[in-house]
Amino acid sequence: MPVSYDLGLEPTTLERDESHEDHWTLNYGPQHPATHTTLRLVLELDGERIIGCIPDIGFLHSGFEKLGEHLDYNQYVVVVERMNYICPVSNDIAWHMACEKLFGLEITPRCKAIRTILAELGRLQDHLLNIGVAGLDLGGFTAFLYGFNERELINDLVEQLSGIRFHPSYTRVGGLAYDLPPGWTARALDLVQNRIPPALRDVETLLLRNRIFIERLKGVGVISHDDAINWSLTGPVARASGVKRDLRKDEPYLCYADNWDGRGAPAVQFKVPIAYGGDAYARFLVRVEEIRQSCSIIEQAVAMLPEGPINVTANAEVTLPNKDEVYFSIEGLIHHFEKIMTNRGHCPPVGEAYFANETANGELGYYLASDGGKAPYRARCRPPSFINYQVFPKLVIGHQISDIPAVLNSLNIIAAELDR
Amino acid sequence: MATAEAIRALQDRFPELNLIARPLVTYADGRASDQLWIRVPPEHLHDVARFLHDDPRTRFEQLCDLTCVDYLNYPDAADRFGVIYALLSLTHNHRLWLKVFVNDPEPMVPSVTSVWRGAEWPEREVYDMFGIRFAGHPDLRRILMPQNFRDYPLRKDYPLTGEGEREDFELVTRESA
Repeated sequence: MPVSYDLGLEPTTLERDESHEDHWTLNYGPQHPATHTTLRLVLELDGERIIGCIPDIGFLHSGFEKLGEHLDYNQYVVVVERMNYICPVSNDIAWHMACEKLFGLEITPRCKAIRTILAELGRLQDHLLNIGVAGLDLGGFTAFLYGFNERELINDLVEQLSGIRFHPSYTRVGGLAYDLPPGWTARALDLVQNRIPPALRDVETLLLRNRIFIERLKGVGVISHDDAINWSLTGPVARASGVKRDLRKDEPYLCYADNWDGRGAPAVQFKVPIAYGGDAYARFLVRVEEIRQSCSIIEQAVAMLPEGPINVTANAEVTLPNKDEVYFSIEGLIHHFEKIMTNRGHCPPVGEAYFANETANGELGYYLASDGGKAPYRARCRPPSFINYQVFPKLVIGHQISDIPAVLNSLNIIAAELDR
Repeated sequence: MATAEAIRALQDRFPELNLIARPLVTYADGRASDQLWIRVPPEHLHDVARFLHDDPRTRFEQLCDLTCVDYLNYPDAADRFGVIYALLSLTHNHRLWLKVFVNDPEPMVPSVTSVWRGAEWPEREVYDMFGIRFAGHPDLRRILMPQNFRDYPLRKDYPLTGEGEREDFELVTRESA
């Protein structure tokens, strides 16, 4: 049977304008070095100037949300962290905080502090790559390597924590898989105090006052404050347009909230960088400053890290028992099976819940619907890449074709999260 | 609380719709979630959205998310599809969820792209995954699935393993290649 390989362009969507016979259509991607991942654009060009742009997405669609309806609340974490694979641990935390909202759980202070450190390490992972790639996309390879070196050290920290470099699956409903290994906090402190600041200085020296770099980014891909809000933009992209919104300040959670340990501990101190340019350069500056703030948050969270349990309580109905108990006592093993067997275990109430985290790309939220079973009835992800990418044609129309990589990188589109 | 004031303003403006705010979830110990939702009839969605966006007491400037839940096997569900609008006010820093319920055979909801431009792709995604049409959407095409795909994969009656898509592709063996 013949198959039509219709790639999503119906004739009505990009009509050839016969009155301009010198306009031409260009297919950009999905396999193109400047798109980094599988993104396809259909461009209508007048010489090198873009006058029409249609993004065609879905190449990496893998039905994650459908899978989420068939995996239980602890299993699905393995899938969510493959959405934004640049900072996987941020996805883990966002997913399980939404689950805890649905279960109505309050996690322990130690767990909150560890999750705060990891959420900021995730932001560092993302931004270090992104500011380096800002140079790489415009032809400057060196800055990319400076950022990437330090990113490797964060992967090492994640590996020491969980045994896996990239996809740690470190969180659980009501807590964490393991406690921190000995010496981990000292390594994390060394990273944010002694390794990242000099690397950031190097990247800044290379790029921040580099005339070519600035001229390629300034005034490119501008979006105004009101448009940014109306187009649902969040995160560094919105903050570079002057939108004063950061969930860590506006809807504080974890250690960003005052009195997070129940004994009056103050929230971590940090500033939210805002820029008003709304262009690719402003987004770059916001990300650079966010790296500094994240380093400072990690230092404070390590200093405040309380002792105590990492899971809600040792015998809570919802959390899995400690592995020592499972392997070395029959009660622990029974306890473990009672939790993980398909017809047993603790289920959330019937209802729905939404919880969002401020991740590196913006508001990453999960909308969960539960029918009282072991698996979510619906596990909707609010993916910042997807919501931010819809504004892309508006940003590039009128610019040259060589501005596409600059704008694409400044939005920081992760295709696995875009298509899910 | 700012959300309560916004809901009161909405109820005053549309007294005939009998809008009631309910918590998204009530926990086993009787506590109710602080997140509230309101059921809106589809024919009034556009007016309600416009009011919530513009009125100084509500000021929901941003459509944070737009999604859908197929309530086919859900306990005590009367309608099949619930299109869910997660609204966010940056001015007052509060959230509100709207639910619009529609049913087979022709699920149709008015588009809110004229109020929030950010609804464009989320509405396309809901159309792609659930088959709900948005009246007045500027470019309602499939977005993630290929254009020749027949079904709506996130519906509850669509199996996890797919339905017949593999048979559409010719099997290439060593001999036939």
